[in-house]
Amino acid sequence: MDFIGAYSPDHIVFLLKGFWITLKVAGISIVLSFFLGAVLGIVRYAKIPVLAQISAFFVEIIRNLPLLLIIFFVYFALPEVGMKLSITWSAILALTIFESAMLAEIIRSGLNSVHKGQMEAGRSSGLSYTQTLWHIILPQGVRSMVPPIVSQFISLLKDTSLAVVIALPEMMHNAQVINAQNINYIIPIFLLVAVIYFIANFALSLVARRLELNI
Amino acid sequence: MLDFTILTENIGMFIEGFKNTLIVSLLALIGSFILGTLIAVFRIAPIKPLNWIGTMYVEFFRNIPLLIILFFIFVGLPVLGVRFSGFQAGTIALTIYTAAFIAEAIRAGVLSVHKGQTEAARSSGLTYVQTMRYIILPQAIKIVIPPLGNQFLNLVKNSSVLTIVAAGELMYQGDLISSRTFVTFDVYIFIALFYLIITLPLSYGVNRLEKSLAKSN
Repeated sequence: MDFIGAYSPDHIVFLLKGFWITLKVAGISIVLSFFLGAVLGIVRYAKIPVLAQISAFFVEIIRNLPLLLIIFFVYFALPEVGMKLSITWSAILALTIFESAMLAEIIRSGLNSVHKGQMEAGRSSGLSYTQTLWHIILPQGVRSMVPPIVSQFISLLKDTSLAVVIALPEMMHNAQVINAQNINYIIPIFLLVAVIYFIANFALSLVARRLELNI
Repeated sequence: MLDFTILTENIGMFIEGFKNTLIVSLLALIGSFILGTLIAVFRIAPIKPLNWIGTMYVEFFRNIPLLIILFFIFVGLPVLGVRFSGFQAGTIALTIYTAAFIAEAIRAGVLSVHKGQTEAARSSGLTYVQTMRYIILPQAIKIVIPPLGNQFLNLVKNSSVLTIVAAGELMYQGDLISSRTFVTFDVYIFIALFYLIITLPLSYGVNRLEKSLAKSN
């Protein structure tokens, strides 16, 4: 094992560049999947006929499939039907599909956690359904959604490492590039990658816990 | 439309992969249940150094990707002269990773049993271990079963990662079939269906359990 050689400044910068890609891909995916998940969750909460069933079907299927399968599917199978995306966008699309199903459930249960009386009070004071949802229910529901969404972001950061299978240049991929130079780098580099992940995710989980306490 | 000849002509490989996914998931479930219980005991026991070890284990392995544990075992350990097959490395990695989550589920279950129960048991003369064994654990197990079911669900899904070390499970067989037949779209759809055969009933069962538990409380 060669810790000194493995931890040369070049290698550390290269790994952190990979981590930056991890953060970027995870960040874009969580934002996109928040919007998609919000639509899926609200449609189910409001029990809009047909759309609610479609949303339930999508969420249940996607939640019960391995993310890796979705990544492979987006990158290898979609081009077969004429949809070819770059590596980065394939990763973002796959993560977004998967995460939006998770977020839809979080958003739906957040909305459900708001007492029913709130909706009744809103409607009977003359607000429309949409107005009640937007001004009364959502602001209260969001508070209980934030901690699970942060936890979901932690999973997402970890899951982004799976994009190594389609050669997305994130941290795991860069670690393997370094490891290919010298087998004595393998253990030190994997330890460093684990520590970087740990620091980022542990910090996030502390944030999630603090938010939970505030609620 | 889906080309079902892909399914019928390669049914042997699909079944082989399905079987291996089930075996890996079951082995890792048993392993991580044992390890997870041990870690949970470490976290709960009234001995400070054990608490620290338990907490470190849980926080560390919960916050790193499964993939890095897998790579460490499959690619890193051979440098030190310890070699595993893809199947073994995968099972060990899944066990280590899932144990952290199971430990948390068990700990949460034990802590959810009212404190008065422990106090009552201790003051009626039971030892700490007896209290755990006869009073706390039987009550906690009810609360722990749904999250354990969820972890098993995750295990089945996570076992797909083992394709990277050629462990012969469902995802891996799918890759083999698609590289042999040059068909990817249909093969992945069939693979997805095989996963759903395991995961959909599981998640339905966990949901039912959670609901009946919520009612009984």
